[in-house]
Amino acid sequence: MEWDAPALVLSAHAHGEGGAVAHVLTAEHGAFRGLVRGGAGRKDAATWQAGNMVSARWFARLPEQLGTLSAELVHPSAARIMAHRLPLALLSAACALADAALPEREPHPRVFDGLLALLTLLSVDPSEGARRGPAAFLRWEALVLSDLGYGLDLSGCAVTGQTTGLRWVSPRTGRAVSDEAAGPWRDRLLPLPPLFLDPSEDGTPSQWRDGLRLTGAFLQRDLFGQRHRPLPAARSRLHDLLDAAPAEGGSGTSA
Amino acid sequence: MGGPEIERLIELLSRLPGLGPRSARRAALTLLRQPQTRLLPLADAMQRAGQSVRTCSRCGNLDSRDPCSICTDDHRDGSVICVVEGVGDLWALERAAVHRGLYHVLGGTLSALAGIGPEDLNLRPLLSRLEEGGVREVILALGATVDGATTAHWLADRLQPFGVTVSRVAQGVPMGGALDVLDDGTLAAALMARRAG
Repeated sequence: MEWDAPALVLSAHAHGEGGAVAHVLTAEHGAFRGLVRGGAGRKDAATWQAGNMVSARWFARLPEQLGTLSAELVHPSAARIMAHRLPLALLSAACALADAALPEREPHPRVFDGLLALLTLLSVDPSEGARRGPAAFLRWEALVLSDLGYGLDLSGCAVTGQTTGLRWVSPRTGRAVSDEAAGPWRDRLLPLPPLFLDPSEDGTPSQWRDGLRLTGAFLQRDLFGQRHRPLPAARSRLHDLLDAAPAEGGSGTSA
Repeated sequence: MGGPEIERLIELLSRLPGLGPRSARRAALTLLRQPQTRLLPLADAMQRAGQSVRTCSRCGNLDSRDPCSICTDDHRDGSVICVVEGVGDLWALERAAVHRGLYHVLGGTLSALAGIGPEDLNLRPLLSRLEEGGVREVILALGATVDGATTAHWLADRLQPFGVTVSRVAQGVPMGGALDVLDDGTLAAALMARRAG
């Protein structure tokens, strides 16, 4: 059994002296692991950095085997944004989330396309990535939830049915709630930043923090909690980085 | 093959980096053929090292003294500390003789995959050295990997309150390297880190 496909590197850890076990995401085949001969060695380690886009080849004698991966670097996302704090934190968090959350060998082409678009945004122009990346990351997290069957329902207010003025999300049902319907229950609801409703909205640091809390609550409860695992540490570090950012509109995290 | 002692020797040698069972057998055979000149001096050196070498409580280096010979060298510039991931990196910089300041061995980099968090890094002694004063620059000489860069950003934030200059080692074209054989990532990093000629 074998396949050739464009892939995004999610993680790679050393195996033996020069080898590595890499985890890649493809549109057609989903998340796949494989042994990379020499993957942790001087020559190939740069290829297997998280976030890189590669042209991958996987083969094994039997489908249930770990298999062997080889790849040629197509786009070095990781190298392009290493000097940029916030894009790097977003890349790490996205790859760590996909690495931990996606089921093995189950195609999720929308998640792949979303991650590819996010990594392209972050790495082609890192300063633009620092400005627009957090909102794109949060929308991609919502897409991951949706693709895995735990999507938020932001189409209308769960109480009144109205489609405007949506400001909150019920932490129990994942459905949007309008400001007027929230009433006295407001402090029990999760704030819904406008960037989830409007794809052209880039958001502000405080909205990014609200967005992380919103998707984080459902990722924790529905995806990671069920497996008794915490959210990825890289996502927590992104949270810390955004917590240190100024309240509105600043770019203190982009250096 | 030759008794449990030889088997045990081969087994222990084969666990060392760069040695597999076959090369461990060759190494064992070489040692056993010349016990007086190779085996016993090696065993003695290993025993002495095992008894005397320890981790420096200031910088994390390995030495038979604590503080280590680098930390106590008066000829070094104590106002510059170079932070490295492991002792192997410290040795590489010492071999090149390019840094005449002090070091700090972090003991790893932040890695979600390997489960290494901030609490697992050897950070407290570095912060204590900065609190003592007299340090004007900290050089972050960490690997050009996602984990290394993430750790460098995180560390730069932690060091900011001390008011020291935080610098990083450059990335780019290696000495003797032709551009057409460099990987795309190194080329991209080199071009982005270009400077006025």
